[in-house]
Amino acid sequence: MQIYLPIAEVSVNAFLLLGLGGIVGILSGMFGVGGGFLMTPLLFFIGIPPAVAVATEANQIVASSFSGVLAHLRRKTVDLRMGTVLLIGGLFGAALGVQVFNMLKSMGQVDLLVKLSYVLFLGIIGSLMFVESLRAIRRSRNTTAPPQRKKHTWVHNLPFKMKFRTSGLYISVIPPVLVGVLVGILAAIMGVGGGFIMVPAMIYLLGMPTKVVVGTSLFQIIFVTAFTTLLHATTNFTVDMMLAVLLLIGGVIGAQIGTRIGVYLKAEQLRILLAIMVLAVCGKLAFDLILQPSELYSLGPGTEH
Amino acid sequence: MIRVFLLMLTVLAAAPAAAEEVVAGLSQNRVSITANFDGSEILIFGAVKRETPTPGDGSLEVIVTVEGPQEPVTVRRKAKRYGIWVNVDGIEVDLAPSFYAISSTNPLDQILKDVEDLRYNISIPRAIRAVGVAQDVEDPENFVNALIRIREDNGLYQVRPNTVSLNQDTLFNTSVALPSNLREGGYLVRFFLTRNGNVLDEYVTTIDVQKVGLERFLYNLAHDRPLIYGLLSLAIAIAAGWGASAVFRYLRG
Repeated sequence: MQIYLPIAEVSVNAFLLLGLGGIVGILSGMFGVGGGFLMTPLLFFIGIPPAVAVATEANQIVASSFSGVLAHLRRKTVDLRMGTVLLIGGLFGAALGVQVFNMLKSMGQVDLLVKLSYVLFLGIIGSLMFVESLRAIRRSRNTTAPPQRKKHTWVHNLPFKMKFRTSGLYISVIPPVLVGVLVGILAAIMGVGGGFIMVPAMIYLLGMPTKVVVGTSLFQIIFVTAFTTLLHATTNFTVDMMLAVLLLIGGVIGAQIGTRIGVYLKAEQLRILLAIMVLAVCGKLAFDLILQPSELYSLGPGTEH
Repeated sequence: MIRVFLLMLTVLAAAPAAAEEVVAGLSQNRVSITANFDGSEILIFGAVKRETPTPGDGSLEVIVTVEGPQEPVTVRRKAKRYGIWVNVDGIEVDLAPSFYAISSTNPLDQILKDVEDLRYNISIPRAIRAVGVAQDVEDPENFVNALIRIREDNGLYQVRPNTVSLNQDTLFNTSVALPSNLREGGYLVRFFLTRNGNVLDEYVTTIDVQKVGLERFLYNLAHDRPLIYGLLSLAIAIAAGWGASAVFRYLRG
């Protein structure tokens, strides 16, 4: 069944969109990520204009994150205080990101920026996660490894300290705010929630316990992507509600199924699978930048005279 | 509308007593883009009206063009910089039709003289207004060619020789498939009668392509009340997220 998208102004198969939403939803439910980093490039592939894909994907992430965070709230695995601090940084970052996005759009470099950000961040995060989870799997095989001591790093010497009871942390607010800003910028530019960068940053940089990380990340992602959606809707008019609805119907159902599947897999196995997936997307995008494209020219909307 | 009117005027002025005239019609002069819009096929038909018997020299030919709304387009070119492919230069094409299809009884170069093409802007390169494009690239023509090539690949520009069938030099018909990724606006349909490469008569009509129903509503809301539209999108997202979670919790008991 073909459906005409009013904002994207293209006609696509509705079942294709539902299916894409579903598959990405399953993955996001399994791994606790928004899935935007997979969905946005997929939308480019099926011919949705990049600007519409980025803005609409932000809207879809609101739905999947909200669905996810409800489950975490019931399990009390959301650090609301940490979430709020991250959020303050995130909103600031999102506003900045939309500005950068619009500036580069007028320069014709927005595709490059989006792709470069993907290659860079997916590459770094993917490799880190891959190495770390390999080590974790090896450690779980020979269980003699000593328990890790909490290390005192430079993060703990910064001013403006605050108590985060749910996470059991007493640290400066500067690192979480900075992480928030970074994720906010990425959310606006890449059309992603930023979970794939937020989760590792919370574990390795802020030292938060793993069990509260996913819920807290989802909590702040809701607000940042909601804000991004509004900014894109009011400045670029690029949020396609029809597209968003189709994607999120598939997405929320998929996410619920994915969460159930995730229960049957071990944490290290999940992480290594996610790492492989992240690296695969990264590799594909990097190849596209390096190999000579079959069409050197591209069309964009012109400026009205 | 003004363009149509001007074209009509030039036709009237240029051919005070055309020996052969086009009388034409369309199967529909409105195309409604609904939610399940999947392209549309327009049947185009007509007849040649003449007061005098057919002149013996040269065969009568018919050209039908369908032209979407004109809009400015930026064409960019990639080149290798620091090992990756980046957009390095680009040009701005003043106006290019978002859709253009030429159907004719025979290949265009056999039935239309260049000067007539220049006058009526019939062939694709002529239909694109790229006058002020010589900005800061050395080879603007490559960019214009790329624009045509890309749009031809997408089915937005179509050159279809030998698709107009002409019966006994009088009745003709053809059909043009409008693709599913259609822009809104007035689509200009132009009919040309040629003989020996000269245009004998021109007739112009329009097809109105418009979003209707839900498509219209969403598009207008997004542009006229962006804040409300954005908030509504968010409300739907939140409701769907909550709904899915509630339904699945219920299913699990």
